[in-house]
Amino acid sequence: MNRKILKKDFIFLGILVLAGVAFLLWFLLGYKKDGKQVELTVDGKLYGTYNLDREQEIPIEIGGVTTNVLMIKDGQADMVKADCPDQICVHHVSISHVGENIVCLPNKVVAAVTGEEEAPLDSVVQ
Amino acid sequence: MKHKSTGRACALLGMLLALALLCSYVETLIPFNFGVPGIKLGLTNIVVILTMYLVGQKEALLVSVARIILAGFLFGNPFTIVYSLAGGILSFLVMVFLKNVLKLNIISISAAGGVFHNLGQLIVAALVVENMNLLYYMSILFFAGLLTGILIGIVSREILARFPES
Repeated sequence: MNRKILKKDFIFLGILVLAGVAFLLWFLLGYKKDGKQVELTVDGKLYGTYNLDREQEIPIEIGGVTTNVLMIKDGQADMVKADCPDQICVHHVSISHVGENIVCLPNKVVAAVTGEEEAPLDSVVQ
Repeated sequence: MKHKSTGRACALLGMLLALALLCSYVETLIPFNFGVPGIKLGLTNIVVILTMYLVGQKEALLVSVARIILAGFLFGNPFTIVYSLAGGILSFLVMVFLKNVLKLNIISISAAGGVFHNLGQLIVAALVVENMNLLYYMSILFFAGLLTGILIGIVSREILARFPES
């Protein structure tokens, strides 16, 4: 194995960093807008759309069992309960900007914040 | 380090697999919570990279895949296996390409491995939940993968330098 770090390594790492910066810019541009609603999807199908201005607690039922609970408070949505063992979505920070989302992979639940109209960046992704 | 008999190869790969599994376990003990799921140190990649350099590429893939399946059953759930497998295989292919075709340094290889592991996982996760917004996470996971990948690369480089055969 050569221990020398060559010029091409620096070029390669530079390209990686640039790609990361590009992702970051995309992320920051998409994130800044305050959202109006939160859209809940279960297994890719729309479960319901909820207004972020109204304080509410939304139980998500899959097959008659409440698997997750989403709480909307102070214009922010937060997953407060999940029946999965890893609790990743519960630990996730509250979301309020367009494009932000909380995902519960085991239950295939996605809570995504949307604006009044589609954020322009969403069309790029899809 | 070319193994001479299948018995020796078996023992060696078994040991490497055990080491990789141990790394997986150690990682479950380290609580990383940055508000975004999926940030890990990637300790097991040390074992995969070392296997790649010291034993062979086929063997490294074997250790990586076996470790993901076993670790998934031990510390995760069936979902983790699918996501990790996507990440593990994508990152392995990229690392092999960089090692054989571009002949880059081990640190670059490891950095790319970290980034593409996250990328592979995220793509599969986005497909499973059918929500492309998930790819927004990529910016954070990209840098996390890059940083941890470079760290893992430095560690692997130092370990490799202390092996007499290399």
